[in-house]
Amino acid sequence: MQDLDPWQALRQLTAARIGLGHTGISQPTRAQLEFQLAHARARDAVHETLDTGTLHAALTEALAQAWPDQPAPLLLHSAAADRHVYLQRPDLGRRLNAPSRERLCALGDDTAQEAPPDLALVVADGLSALAISRNAAPFLQALGMRLDRSAWRLAPLAIVEQGRVAIGDEIGELLGAKMVVVLIGERPGLSAPDSMGLYISWAPRVGLTDERRNCISNVRPAGLGVTEAADKLCWLLGEARRLQLTGVRLKDETGAGSPPLAAERRPFLL
Amino acid sequence: MSQITHLVGSRTYTFAGLRDLLAKASPARAGDYLAGVAAGSAEERVAAQMALADLPLTTFLNELVVPYETDEVTRLIVDGLDPVAFARIRHLTVGAFRDWLLGDDADGHALAAIAPGVTPEMAAAVSKIMRIQDLVLVASKCRVLTRFRNTIGLPGTLSTRLQPNHPLDDASGIAASLFDGLMYGSGDAVIGINPATDNVEQVITLVGMLDEIIARYAIPTQSCVLTHVTNTMAAIERGAPVDLVFQSIAGTQAANASFGIDLALLREAREAALSLRRGTLGDNVMYFETGQGSALSSNANHGVDQQTVEARAYAVARAFQPLLVNSVVGFIGPEYLYDGKQIIRAGLEDHFCAKLLGLPMGVDVCYTNHAEADQDDMDVLLTMLGAAGCTYVMGVPGADDIMLNYQTTSFHDALYARRALGLTPAPEFHAWLRDMGIFTGDGPATLGRSVPAAFQRALQLP
Repeated sequence: MQDLDPWQALRQLTAARIGLGHTGISQPTRAQLEFQLAHARARDAVHETLDTGTLHAALTEALAQAWPDQPAPLLLHSAAADRHVYLQRPDLGRRLNAPSRERLCALGDDTAQEAPPDLALVVADGLSALAISRNAAPFLQALGMRLDRSAWRLAPLAIVEQGRVAIGDEIGELLGAKMVVVLIGERPGLSAPDSMGLYISWAPRVGLTDERRNCISNVRPAGLGVTEAADKLCWLLGEARRLQLTGVRLKDETGAGSPPLAAERRPFLL
Repeated sequence: MSQITHLVGSRTYTFAGLRDLLAKASPARAGDYLAGVAAGSAEERVAAQMALADLPLTTFLNELVVPYETDEVTRLIVDGLDPVAFARIRHLTVGAFRDWLLGDDADGHALAAIAPGVTPEMAAAVSKIMRIQDLVLVASKCRVLTRFRNTIGLPGTLSTRLQPNHPLDDASGIAASLFDGLMYGSGDAVIGINPATDNVEQVITLVGMLDEIIARYAIPTQSCVLTHVTNTMAAIERGAPVDLVFQSIAGTQAANASFGIDLALLREAREAALSLRRGTLGDNVMYFETGQGSALSSNANHGVDQQTVEARAYAVARAFQPLLVNSVVGFIGPEYLYDGKQIIRAGLEDHFCAKLLGLPMGVDVCYTNHAEADQDDMDVLLTMLGAAGCTYVMGVPGADDIMLNYQTTSFHDALYARRALGLTPAPEFHAWLRDMGIFTGDGPATLGRSVPAAFQRALQLP
């Protein structure tokens, strides 16, 4: 005989699994099986592959609107050949494979006479190809509307398969960019299989570690919206350029916190 | 580095010093293969364990796995060793140390007496020649009590950290999970939020909100917003009511640097928190998190195996008299702990090593969706940890953390462990749960059937 929780109405306040009820002190059957289903779906999401053709088309279109003079995105691949290798060898996911590296080197030689780009944007599948296929193009559009085009010289956009965050450092270095932003699929949670993270490094080069990066996470329709994320990124980019650094010494001071908290400081318990 | 050899049958195995021996004696583990330090065969692993068992404990004082000159964690370990405590065990080999730990003379008092004389490397070494039941049995004899507004770590108790995270730090969303947790008896270790962003203003708002809720309902517990130590210090400077200072720590100076910290910064943070004098029963003001793999992931492992370098983080923790330490065992991912078997073993090793060093160790019994693990593995680890006297585990609605995107123990899971093993929450919190009518009856954990009056007003329920 299971007991319902009389506070089930609170479920409208959060996606968390509250008010599940109990039988004795254990989870009721329905809650337990719903959890198993969510886990099964998240497991499947991890192993899904990035549809690079569709993504390339979507990002090309997003770029055309935001930065009309940009070349088509580059398609690159990390040194991790497939998902199985990727999961066990993060070192390989952080580095480009040889053909991709050669391609960027050649590109660097071609553009050596030009001024170095201010910003390189990298889109990597990470642990959720779904996050990237859903969120990368809308985010780039939002960013394009906010970032001052005359003040930020962009490197060609790179799309990377089987990439980890730090692969942006190698790409940024090879492109000679002053700063890199990596858009990457975060590991899928049970309630959020489609979360995208943004990682920002000043002076990208191979070997940078996490204390040198800033991160904006949980970019997705049910999380941080692309507009807010783009605003936040623009602020951080500006500050990073002013201070000539990113990482723990660059604090996110974008005002009064995220809007929901600022708007409603008194939850029902107070 | 002195070479160490061991003969197995007709074959001689040679190890290039203590660091190599410790690594090859480690149970098979993804992170050690990734680092290139693991044993090359199953037989080599056991040969290393046999050679390790023959090694005198004094070896660990003469041969350091990370250089003294270049690493402040090594200096902390060496300079901080209590010679009187070590004198009680200095005649032992690693193998004899295992026998002594399991022996009937090694009761809680004896184990507490040697704790300041045990180095992390000794603890890791002896754990490598222990089976899981050994790790459980010895840890269950170690008792470590800490206090802030309640008493954590008493025999017969299992505490929980109520973790009401929300992906947008939405105040009502956090409050809803917090309420759910309290109604399931969770939150005596700490009510701790992982904020969605590191914005200092947001941290201050969350700290203030938790402070108000704890005060309004007179909950005998403490709060923490798990942000970088420099953010917490900034919040304290701006007058925020901070109970505990949180920081992730690791086992080498370089790994700590990758977290943006060093020992001096932690000392400064502890002083800042102590200056607020907010603890009513004690002044354990620090909360540390650790986890196997963090040193390697920042290229700062110095060729030391994953578990040994993890144990070194406990020397860092020990220097700051923390209220809570937590191994986030399955959080980092399958490249370090591949599957349920590796996560279970690592969680019990971490708990054992920390308890042997005298720390209030809890474990985040958890996994990510890209690891080969599931709820069955978590049930096994939770049960073993409960038997081992683990200080606390996490409490998250339905085991699903919607902010950090991983699975950890649910409120129900903690109640299962308490009931199956006859454990209660911290006494002050347990009394509060009974006073509120959240727990009823004489058992360790039986839920009441109605919402307490104090909460009914907040919920405006009929």
